Amino acid sequence: MCFTHNFWQLTISGLSDGFLYALIALGYTLVYGVLQLINFAHSEVFMAGGFGGLFAIQAVVGDQTPHGMTSVMFVLLGVVVGAIVGGAVAFVLERVAYRPLRRRNAPKLAFLISAIGASLFLVNFAGKEFGRQAIPMPDLYTNGTVFSVFGADVQTNYVVVAIAAAVMLVFLDRLVAKTRLGQGIRAVAQDADTASLMGVNIDRVISQTFVIGGLLGGAAGFLFGLVFNVQNNMGFIPGVKAFTAAVLGGIGNIRGAVLGGLLLGVVENLGVSCVESAWRDVIAFGILVLVLLFRPTGLLGERLGRSA
Amino acid sequence: MTVYENPPPDDGATSSIRDIFGSLRDDDWRRLGGCMFAAVVVAMMTGTSGNAQHLTAGVTGSLFKPRILVFILFGLALWALMTAWKRYGDDVKSSLSEVRELRTAVAGNQWARYGGYLAVLLAAILIPPQLSVFWQQVLVSEIGIYVLLTIGLNVVVGFAGLLDLGYIAFYAIGAYTAAYFTGFPDANRRGHISPLPAHPPFHLNPFFVLPVAVLVCLIAGLLLGAPTLRLRGDYLAIVTLGFGEIVRITANNSESVTNGPRGAFGVPHFSAFGYHWTLDLMPYWYLLLGIIVIVFVLFRQLENSRVGRAWTAIREDEVAAAATGIPTLKYKLMAFAIGASTSGLAGVIFASQVGSFAPDNFRLINSLLVLVYVIFGGMGSLPGAVAGASILIWLPEALRDHVDPQDRFVYFGALLVVMMIFRPQGVFPSRRRAREIGLAEAGSGGADAMAAPGGVLQQ
Repeated sequence: MCFTHNFWQLTISGLSDGFLYALIALGYTLVYGVLQLINFAHSEVFMAGGFGGLFAIQAVVGDQTPHGMTSVMFVLLGVVVGAIVGGAVAFVLERVAYRPLRRRNAPKLAFLISAIGASLFLVNFAGKEFGRQAIPMPDLYTNGTVFSVFGADVQTNYVVVAIAAAVMLVFLDRLVAKTRLGQGIRAVAQDADTASLMGVNIDRVISQTFVIGGLLGGAAGFLFGLVFNVQNNMGFIPGVKAFTAAVLGGIGNIRGAVLGGLLLGVVENLGVSCVESAWRDVIAFGILVLVLLFRPTGLLGERLGRSA
Repeated sequence: MTVYENPPPDDGATSSIRDIFGSLRDDDWRRLGGCMFAAVVVAMMTGTSGNAQHLTAGVTGSLFKPRILVFILFGLALWALMTAWKRYGDDVKSSLSEVRELRTAVAGNQWARYGGYLAVLLAAILIPPQLSVFWQQVLVSEIGIYVLLTIGLNVVVGFAGLLDLGYIAFYAIGAYTAAYFTGFPDANRRGHISPLPAHPPFHLNPFFVLPVAVLVCLIAGLLLGAPTLRLRGDYLAIVTLGFGEIVRITANNSESVTNGPRGAFGVPHFSAFGYHWTLDLMPYWYLLLGIIVIVFVLFRQLENSRVGRAWTAIREDEVAAAATGIPTLKYKLMAFAIGASTSGLAGVIFASQVGSFAPDNFRLINSLLVLVYVIFGGMGSLPGAVAGASILIWLPEALRDHVDPQDRFVYFGALLVVMMIFRPQGVFPSRRRAREIGLAEAGSGGADAMAAPGGVLQQ
């Protein structure tokens, strides 16, 4: 078999991609859970997080590459600022592009068009404000091999992404399962009308759901920028992939989104060893189509309400 | 919903600034915030640009300059207008009720409608020869082609309610079919250049590729639709999105068949019955116009036929439609295949008119744009499809002279959001949709064809 050659190396880089997909996919899945709406502008929330992190890092990092605890602090700072910017953009997005439509009880496709419009606006707006070239993030640590498993090198980048993502994923899972806020989200996802009769403030819950998705997406944007670059259209491809991952796992299902993201990342990376890398996206979509044909509601089934 | 009380009686002379502030309600303050937000956003949209070296130049250049005051002033004016409209708009509306009745009467009158169509058709015949070459080019290779695509997608999304995000794939298939069949079987014969590296069994004039492409896309539509149309709304959307990307990437990577990213080159112009289409754009325009008119009339007939009613039933409630004996899969496939073949038709004309094209012409964003045209014009409405595509293609082209061409889609995106906020039913909604959306806004039933009654929030 073609992928046995580099199996572990590809699996590890795939997991790293997969963690990023999972973080973004959660934004899609949460919003879908409460609104049954594909938030096409979520990829731009991700991009905003990348820029937010970039600004913060550029402000604090000097000419020399930091090391030790300083690196950890800077990564933490970038993640937090990226998350906050992502959350803020998601909040404004919901207020401007979705809430007025919800007030009017507008048809679902109107939301989709509003989302596409907001996405086009944000991509080009960022392009206007910050230029359209890829901007590298200043180095926060020297990327090297941290340790090896099964002969595969685990790079610092992978470790940073995996730790940051895993912490956030566990945190989110607990948040939705245990807290009052999570209970509200699940209630709205199950049946919004009934939830509102039970005293759940739907508007507030939806707003909070967007912000939570934005926090995760923004943090993912920073991590992506750390590994690759920051650019006004950086959200498009990860956004489409993450959406694919969310559907793959069962849209509206939190653990499904994580499973879908990790699976997609690994399979893509393994697949690339079999065919040329230009076919990478075909593998992703091919798997999606196959899974949906046999399991029409994704691997773990849909419904945010039941997931936790 | 906030219920507005009647405005306090205006005593004329005694009204003072304090009265005005005292009469403001929470909603008014919120609206003021919205207007200020809009003012800042517009100031940034129209302000200076930054770049990678000066990341904050755009923001400081647009906001921390005296010009911001102008935008704030505009924002305040907008807010005052909106607030006044909220208070007194109903009076204005009721005093204009006769105008509205007249409008409804005209819109409902068959002859008035036909007159409107005729006027548009005459304009489409008479005006284009007077336009500059630039606008002729836009008219033929953008507006004409995309109107055809939009009408086709309108059948899939608007009539049958199937969300297709990979629609452009069929357009690509049509274009590549044209490039393939206009090649020559024998590559080595001198003077004969095939647009693609792959050689067809026989050579065809582009004109005769039209039916072939329709057939090919019909089959492609059936092949894609048969397994996937069992999926529900959003799953269908993502599968078709994936299909569209797969087609594009395959075209991009199959160097030996499609010439890869360089694309097809040298697709010949049309020629039929002794007449040769050339670089002159007007014959293409009239060909397109003819096809659009034929397709328009055909689809209008289809819409009002048994098939169209079946589509409406499926769109409204698929389970109920199936329960009343409509073979839903058959009709959904039919809509899908009809949309696909219309798209293929557009693909052939496009390929033949521009002569060369590449996989980059068929990106996901193009699929999304066609969908945007359908909804912007008014979902399920044929005049809406024409209007939506025309307006939204015209806008960025017209902006080319006034703003940095790279920034045009900032305005485009903003327009879409504003339009959906204030007029989600689109420019010319079909009467059925207009009524549904109106009822939903008034709080009875869902606006959504694809959702159960009760609203968007429900499954």
